This record gives sequence, C-alpha cells and structure tokens, in this order.
Amino acid sequence: MKFTEEHEWLREEDGVIVVGITEHASEQLGDIVFVELPEEGTEVSKDDEVVVIESVKAASDILAPIDGEIVEVNEALVDEPGKVNDDPMGDAWFFKMKPADPSQMDDMMDEAAYKKFIG
Amino acid sequence: MGDTDNDLRRTPLYDLHVARGARMVPFAGWEMPVQYEGVMAEHNATRDGAGLFEVSHMGQVILRGEGVAEAFEALVPQDIVGLAEGRQRYAFFTNDAGGIEDDLMVANRGDHLYVVVNAACVEADVARMRAALEPKGIHVKHVTTRALIALQGPGAEAVLADLNEDVAAMRFLDVGTHALAGAECWVSRSGYTGEDGYEISVPEAAAELLVTTLLGKPGVSLVGLGARDSLRLEAGLCLYGQDIDSTTSPVEAGLSWAIQKARRTGGAREGGFPGADRILTELDKGASRHRVGLMPEGRAPMRTGVALFDAETGGAQVGEVTSGSFGPTVGGPVAMGYVTDAAARKGTRLWGEVRGKRMAVTVSDLPFVPAGFKR
Repeated sequence: MKFTEEHEWLREEDGVIVVGITEHASEQLGDIVFVELPEEGTEVSKDDEVVVIESVKAASDILAPIDGEIVEVNEALVDEPGKVNDDPMGDAWFFKMKPADPSQMDDMMDEAAYKKFIG
Repeated sequence: MGDTDNDLRRTPLYDLHVARGARMVPFAGWEMPVQYEGVMAEHNATRDGAGLFEVSHMGQVILRGEGVAEAFEALVPQDIVGLAEGRQRYAFFTNDAGGIEDDLMVANRGDHLYVVVNAACVEADVARMRAALEPKGIHVKHVTTRALIALQGPGAEAVLADLNEDVAAMRFLDVGTHALAGAECWVSRSGYTGEDGYEISVPEAAAELLVTTLLGKPGVSLVGLGARDSLRLEAGLCLYGQDIDSTTSPVEAGLSWAIQKARRTGGAREGGFPGADRILTELDKGASRHRVGLMPEGRAPMRTGVALFDAETGGAQVGEVTSGSFGPTVGGPVAMGYVTDAAARKGTRLWGEVRGKRMAVTVSDLPFVPAGFKR
C-alpha cells in the first residue's frame, strides 16, 4: 500500500489502483455527511480535484493521486457517507483508476513513512 | 496561527477540556473546544439527553444604578422597563443605520441588569455601554471572574434539579440565584440550541467542581462549538457576524418578534434607540430582503456565501446563504440566508451555486427542529 501527502492510500488490485483516504484523514475531517464522486470513464491528471467530501463543518477535495482513467467509483458512499468514518481503509474506498504511468507511484510513501509523516 | 496562538486566552475550564479529549481551536480570541467525541455525536447527545457547553468566552456585564432600565433602552429596541424582575429577554444593540451591532441576553436581577454578549463583541459592547450609561450615573461592570456554562437538552432539568430542586420550577427565560455544587450561581432557563436548558454563571474557582459534578450524572455529555453551531442552525438562531451584522436590520433578519410593542410606532416609549427611523419604518412597511430557512433538495450542504438564483440557468441572483451545514437531527443539509422580498415566500424554489453547479433549494420556515422550551 502507498500513501500520499494528501492523506490518500493507494492499493493495487488486479491491475487497477484503489484509492481511499487514511484513518488519520477521516478522523481529522470528522463526521462525513456528503460524498460526490466522478463519472466512471473520466480521464484525470494528477492533482485534479476528483471527489468532494463534506463533513459537518467543511468541504474538502480529494485529488487524483496519479494520471489515469477512473474505471469504477464506490456508489455506496453517496447513500452512506458515514462509511468513510467507519472503515476508511477498507469498504470506504472512493474510486479505482487505471494508471497511465504506474511509475508515478514509485516515490510515494510506504506505511512506515506515512506514519512518520503524520507524526 | 503560530504567533497569534500566544495571545489566545484560556477559559477556567481549559484543562478540563484538554483532559477530556477536546480539539481546541482559536475562536474570538479564545482557545475553545470545537469537539470532543465528534460533532454528530455531541449534537445528538444534546437533542436526546443533556449537552454541557462552556461559554465563558462570552461577556458578562452588570449594569447598576437608578434608572438603569430606561437608560439601557437608549441602546436597544427592546422593552427593558417592562422586563419583570427575575425575567430575561433576547435583545440587540443597534446602530444609527438600523443595523445590528451585537445580539445579547438581558436579565432583570432586581437591583441590576445582567447582560451576556458575544465574545467577539465584548470590548465594543462594554465601551458602548460605558459611553452611553456612565454619564447617566449607571455603573458598568464587566464580570471577568465567573465562568459561564450551558446545560441544554430534554434531560437538563432532571440533571440540574438533582443539584438543586428549585431550578425545576423555573420557566423559559426565568432567572435566579441558586446554589449548585456549593457555589452561588446565576441561573437562567435559556440557551441557544432550541432545547430546554439552563445557562449558569458560576464563580471561576467553583466552575470545575460544578462541571465534573454535572458530568457525573447520567446522560450528560460535553459538547463543543462545532455542535453548538449545528444545533443553533437547526433551531433557526442567528450567529452574530454571519447571519446578522452591522448592515442587517432586525426586520430583515426576522427578529421583529424581539421588538416589543412599547418601543414600536404608537407604543408607550416609541423609538429612542439607534436606527429607530429605519427599523420602525421597516416594521410598518416591510423590508426589501428577508432571512429565510433554506432546505437544499440534494445531499450537498450549502455553506456561507453560496449565491442564490431564481433559475437553474441564467436568471438573477436573489440572495445569499449566511449559514449552512448538515443538520444531524434533520438528517440532511439545512441553511439560512437572505433573499429578496419576491423570493422569500415559503415553498419558493431557488438554486444555490455550489462548486459552479446550481442546486435546487426550497425556502422554508425556521426553525428546522421545533423548540423544546419549557414555557
């Protein structure tokens, strides 16, 4: 599993990359009440705003961690945004991407480095 | 933040908040708890049981002297002369343009008036009261040695009555002095959550014992500013600086109910407060815009600053959201804001522009959650 400084995790699964936010991020955001997902099939570039999540207090964006195509989104989060708080590292993934250039993930943090990053 | 953090003031219960897991944030010059367990859980704990808030950052002021009620009426459009002993009322300082300088609670405590004002406005309010009242021989005392806490929710009465059964007999907006956990407390049956409950002014040194005693009772939870905001929003209550400010008139803000007959056109003490020309005219003829409740049709919250239009595409801007969030009790997004007279009727469909997209929203009554006051 890889981690970004934007508090996303990336997990490879059958040639696609599953993306979600970390436990730390979900705790910081607080109760998630709204999730807006991108359309499947959208081509995105790294750092594009692809997902909007809103907590009781504020709105935040999730950025595309790499270039590629959104091949699947987790529609269950639209009806149950609270899942992001309950299981951010598991069931509450946001989208799956087909990477344009998998080497973009090479420089990302592993779990130990991410833990150090969030202190 | 950084450097300015050093200037933040701490309330008497700062250590207790930190020890109980609060996330502390800067708020109006104070370090305040925004949440402990989580905004949603704290919100629901208040609606279902009893939420305990520290609001010591707010300003407590005592006004004493002969003719204090008449003198105070020169600053506010409320009937203060007619406020009975042992009663409290919602009021606001107005300016010459008819805008609101701050909203406040004022109580008649027999030989003095007791005023509670917003934290961000304390200095200006105290200066305003000194300038207007001291020349009339009124003594203005800013009380800085007492904490202020609020116990709010359907469980509040049983919890507080367990410490002193006298508080159970209080009605909404009654005030009195009662011993609680060994301390002389100034208690009012009021709050800002839409729930029944109490606000309690307690000597600083006795605050921690009172709070830990209350927290030891079943159903009592600490609640931070995050849930205080979602609770007051669902209750349709204004946040000063956001929903009302120096440019909004009380009539526009839907606060006409708080201006008693005695101060209106034809009343016993008509006018005589700053901005009376505009405010009395608007009371008689109506305002050109109104604060209204707004129910977004989708799930996306519409927050402060969202522009409101009268059509899904094109059209004209007819207003703006001043407060908006997710309402945990409503179970969906709720908001309030100002719209033109033509767009203010209940049921009117408007569109709020969120992230470049227009989303439907319906003008609705306030509050979103019925008040639980014990009248």
